[in-house]
Amino acid sequence: MCRYLTHNWTVYVRGATNEDLGVVVKKVIFKLHPSFKTPTRVVDSPPFTLSECGWGEFKIDITIFFHADACDRKLQLSHLLKLNPDIYTGPQSPNVPVVTESYNEILFPDPLHSFLSRVYNHPAVHVSKLPLGFNLPPPGVADYNKIKKGHTKDHPLSPWFLKFSDADELFKLTATRHKVQADIAELKRQLLMVDAKPEQF
Amino acid sequence: MGGTDAKDILHGLPKTPSLSLNQEKKSRPHKESHRKPDGISREVYALTGGVAPLMPSIDVNHLKRRPPPDEKVAWQWLPVKSSARKDDLQLYHWVRVVNDVPPTGDYSFAKYNKSVDVLKYTDDEYENHLTDPVWTKEETDQLFELCERFDLRFTVIADRFPLSRTIEELKDRYYSVTRALLRARAQSPAELANHPLIKEPYDMSRDRERKRALSMVLSQSRHQEKKDAEILAEAKRITEMRLAARRAAEPDVPANENIGSVSPSSNSQLPATAVAPSTLTMADYASTLASLRMLHVYLRTYGLEQMVQAASSAVGLRTIKRVEQTLQDLGVNLKPKVPTKTVCDEHLELRKEILTLLNLQKQLQYKESEGSSHREGTYAAMPDTPKDRVFASEPFSFGAERPIKKEQKRKGPGRQADTPSPAHKRPRKMKASDL
Repeated sequence: MCRYLTHNWTVYVRGATNEDLGVVVKKVIFKLHPSFKTPTRVVDSPPFTLSECGWGEFKIDITIFFHADACDRKLQLSHLLKLNPDIYTGPQSPNVPVVTESYNEILFPDPLHSFLSRVYNHPAVHVSKLPLGFNLPPPGVADYNKIKKGHTKDHPLSPWFLKFSDADELFKLTATRHKVQADIAELKRQLLMVDAKPEQF
Repeated sequence: MGGTDAKDILHGLPKTPSLSLNQEKKSRPHKESHRKPDGISREVYALTGGVAPLMPSIDVNHLKRRPPPDEKVAWQWLPVKSSARKDDLQLYHWVRVVNDVPPTGDYSFAKYNKSVDVLKYTDDEYENHLTDPVWTKEETDQLFELCERFDLRFTVIADRFPLSRTIEELKDRYYSVTRALLRARAQSPAELANHPLIKEPYDMSRDRERKRALSMVLSQSRHQEKKDAEILAEAKRITEMRLAARRAAEPDVPANENIGSVSPSSNSQLPATAVAPSTLTMADYASTLASLRMLHVYLRTYGLEQMVQAASSAVGLRTIKRVEQTLQDLGVNLKPKVPTKTVCDEHLELRKEILTLLNLQKQLQYKESEGSSHREGTYAAMPDTPKDRVFASEPFSFGAERPIKKEQKRKGPGRQADTPSPAHKRPRKMKASDL
């Protein structure tokens, strides 16, 4: 019944700088709500995206499988599919997607030498970050990314909002640390003063 | 008596006043086992429920040992000689005389009359060795006389001393005089070395400290006892973890060189070069990293969670909540929105620093409450957010001279101040201690 398929949505696992994750990731399995036909969807080649239509919001379980030389174990994540914006600003436009991405980094603590040498130079692996879950790419995203690619730093973060947050968050953290360190120094001073007071009976 | 009487009542039989229960055999056939045993009275036996104990606890023969019948025992009012008495006073008391032979030997309690060897100094000795700016010869003489009379019971001596001196001062004077005398009289220093007064000289301030500590321990509230126990357990744990860390840190260092995300500019995750953590130990890091490595692959957010958990393992739930509350108050995300390596490292360090901050706050509160229990005066302290602390300084402290009697009465009922628990952010109520 088409009137229940109110939304088109896409869930994906992408490189933070939109690089090709296939160098490390073999396949991704998205587990959808049981009301979907064949809820277990396997995506075995990059880009690891899955598009569907529906009306419901639910938790999507994502399992990432790696190439044999990268890792013999799978990685589990989950993402809450969000179709509606937090703040109602009028009826939704089909051209403006509601974007929900979460940033993370996949760490391989003991990489095999063969794996390292294979991927060391690959741009995707330099960063190894993956934001996930994104309903519909807004029309201008690809262009924006191309623009962004020109500004690669040591650890480039391509989605614009993630890039900003990193600096903001770091700034906030270091500023807070300084403040806490100052408070600690003050307390230590006060403790010394209390100790210095002579004991008198 | 209750047992057998109750049984009597139940069986509707008349109570037998006699000691032997065997009199009315036919009416109480089943009571033959309730024979009163020899050596203890019926009442006492009945206390056990009228049944003999399964295991003989007391040998019945010991209970009422009657003197062998061939002995003749009489009690006589006789004069008594005691070596403990130095005078000629003749005292009398009842003496157990067996077969007309009064007991020989010293009065049995004379052996308990112990006394202390208080040294006596001559005037010359005093002039040469024992003068003191604070003590006159007269005072010192009086002190020594009291010491001998009262066998070095300083509380009594202090009470009787005509001038007002604290117990510690009297002790100090006595012991230093004795020490000086010993040194002066000794032929060689060697024979002195083992004398207890020389080996461990009396230290007035330590004595004071000891008494203060004792009174504190005695007057500790149950609450504080619990806290102290907690803290000691905590300290023990931390030292143990540190020991484990020292052992764990060595084998871990070479292995950690392989750790790292695939990003080339990322360094080893092991903070082996990190500045010594305040409450976190290397053991926490090492074991967490080891378990993370076992996973072969993990998300950085997961790694951070594990490190945070490891850091929190040494503290209580309440403290964890306080750390999180502090983070929120400071406007920091409890979970970083962009968990890059630097962000996660900074976040972890920040959490550690907040822990340190909270610990220092707690310490400061302790010190204040400790201090207030010994000083008069009131002040209000408001445990607040990590940013502000407000206290007024104490108005005055005790004078140096204190009447002797007061020392024994220091522990008044209203002395102790309440120590607040850190979770309750309310002003403490201080009670003025009464002198």
